[in-house]
Amino acid sequence: MTTQPIYLDYAATTPVDPRVAAKMIPYLTELFGNPASRSHAYGWVAEEAVELAREQVATLIGADPKEIVWTSGATESNNLAIKGAARFYAASRGKHLITPKTEHKSVLDTCRELEREGFTVTYLDVEPNGLIDLEKLAAAIRPDTVLVSTMYVNNEIGVIQDVAAIGALCREKGVIYHVDAAQAAGKVEIDLAKTPIDLLSLSAHKSYGPKGIGALYVRRKPRVRLEALIHGGGHERGLRSGTLPTHQIVGMGEAYAIARNSMAVENERIRWLRDRLWAGLSTMEEVYLNGDLDARVPHNLNVSFNYVEGESLLMGIKQLAVSSGSACTSASLEPSYVLRALGRNDELAHSSIRFSIGRFTTEAEVDTTIALVTDAVAKLRELSPLWEMVREGIDLESIQWAAH
Amino acid sequence: MAYSEKVIEHYENPRNVGAFGKDDEDVGTGMVGAPACGDVMRLQIKVSAEGVIEDAKFKTYGCGSAIASSSLVTEWVKGKTLSQALEIKNTEIAEELALPPVKIHCSILAEDAIKAAVADYRSKHGSTETETPICTPVAP
Repeated sequence: MTTQPIYLDYAATTPVDPRVAAKMIPYLTELFGNPASRSHAYGWVAEEAVELAREQVATLIGADPKEIVWTSGATESNNLAIKGAARFYAASRGKHLITPKTEHKSVLDTCRELEREGFTVTYLDVEPNGLIDLEKLAAAIRPDTVLVSTMYVNNEIGVIQDVAAIGALCREKGVIYHVDAAQAAGKVEIDLAKTPIDLLSLSAHKSYGPKGIGALYVRRKPRVRLEALIHGGGHERGLRSGTLPTHQIVGMGEAYAIARNSMAVENERIRWLRDRLWAGLSTMEEVYLNGDLDARVPHNLNVSFNYVEGESLLMGIKQLAVSSGSACTSASLEPSYVLRALGRNDELAHSSIRFSIGRFTTEAEVDTTIALVTDAVAKLRELSPLWEMVREGIDLESIQWAAH
Repeated sequence: MAYSEKVIEHYENPRNVGAFGKDDEDVGTGMVGAPACGDVMRLQIKVSAEGVIEDAKFKTYGCGSAIASSSLVTEWVKGKTLSQALEIKNTEIAEELALPPVKIHCSILAEDAIKAAVADYRSKHGSTETETPICTPVAP
C-alpha cells in the first residue's frame, strides 16, 4: 500500500505531538543527567525538568505536585494503586475489593492476582449503557471492603463514569477509591481538589505524549498509604524505585500542558467530527451504538454492524486503522467482554468496530471512512446468510444453533 | 493479523456467492456454525441425476478465513461425486489457504458444511446414510 491508512485508533495510542517531541530531544543528548544526582549541574537541570513536568501533570488534574508518582504507564499505576493499597490496608481494613466487569485488563488481572493472595473481589455488573448503578455499588460494599476501582472513561465504549458520586459514596463508607483515568486525561475536566478520588492512574501516550511513562496520583489529605511494588534506590518517596526517565517525563508534562490549554476547543472539534461520522454510518440499517451517547467522551464511537462479522469487516476496510471488539483472532472466539457485560448479544458483540478520533483527524478522513465502511458492510451483507435470512423474515433466535 | 494472499484473493473475489432454492429436489443445503461463535457457513450443492455435483453456491458470515474456506470449497466440489466431495479434508483446505493455527476451525467448518450439504441431499433422496456433522443448526 502506497498511502498510510487513516488513523482512527486514538484510544489505542496517539502520535507524540511534534511540540512534545521537540521538548524531549535535548534531554536525550545534552541534558542527559540523572535527576537523582545531587552533586552536579547535570543532575540539577534534570531534576528541575522533572519537577516542572510534575507540576504540569498535577495542574491538569487539580492536584498537588507532591501527589504525583512517576510510573512506566497506566498498567503499572493500576498495579501499584490496587496491590499497593490492598496489601497495605489488608490487616487493618479487610480483604475485599470491588471493580466493574468492564474494566481494563490491567485492573481485572491485578484483582485476579490479589484473589490468589487471599483477597475476595466482587466484579460488578454495569447497566446496558455501560454505566455503574450507584445503588448496586453501595449494596456491594461490605464492612471489610478496602478498595473500589473504576475507570473514569472506558477504553472500548468511551462512557464516562460518575466518579464524583462514586467517590462520595466510597468516602462515606470509608473505602479507598482508585480511578483508572488513562482514557480521561485531556478529554474530560478532572479536578481532584473537589473530587473525592484517592488514587488515580494516568498515561502519557493516550494524550500525545510518549509511550513508557505514566503517573499515579496518591492523595495526601486524607493520606493514602501504599506498599511499593518496585524496590531499590527509594525514588519517588520510596513508592517507585528506579532512575527517572527525564525525557519521557518531560514529554508527559508538555503533553499534559498542551492538553490543558487546548482541551476545550479540541473537544468541540472532535465532537463535531464524531457526530458527522455517526450521522453517516447510522443511515445504514441494523447499525447500533454501543454505550451511552451522552455520558461519553467525544473521541469515541463504538458501533455494531449487525450480521457482519467484525474481523471480516476490518479486512474490508484496510485503508482504515480501527479496532474490532471481536477477538476471533484468538483461538477462543470470544467477543469483547466489555460489550458482553453490557448485555449485547454475541452477534452484536462480534460485529463491533471502535472508531476513536483525535487531534489530527480531518473532516475529509471522516467522510472517506463513512464511504469505505458503507461499501464494506454492503458487500459483506450480500455474503451473509444471516442477513439473507433476516431479509426473508426468519427470526434467527428461533433457530437452534449448535455452538462449536 | 496477516492473511495469506490466497485468503485475501478469495475474500476480495468470492466465488459462487448466492443461493439455490433449498426445497429443490436436486439441491442439498448445509448450514453450519453459529452466530454466537462468529461464523455461519451455508453451502449448497446442485446434484445431477448421475450423482455429480454440477454447481455450488455459498454464503458465509464470519472472518476472512471463513469466507475464503467456503469460497474455495464451492470450487473444489464442482464436478465431484458426492462420495468424492466427502473426501475433501479440512487439512487440505487449511494448506491451500495457508491458514494459521487459530484459523484451522474455519477449514473444519468448511468440511462440515460439505458433509451437511451431502447429508441433506441424501436425506431428500431417501438415503439411509447418516453423516450428520456436529454443527448443523436445526430449523424449527
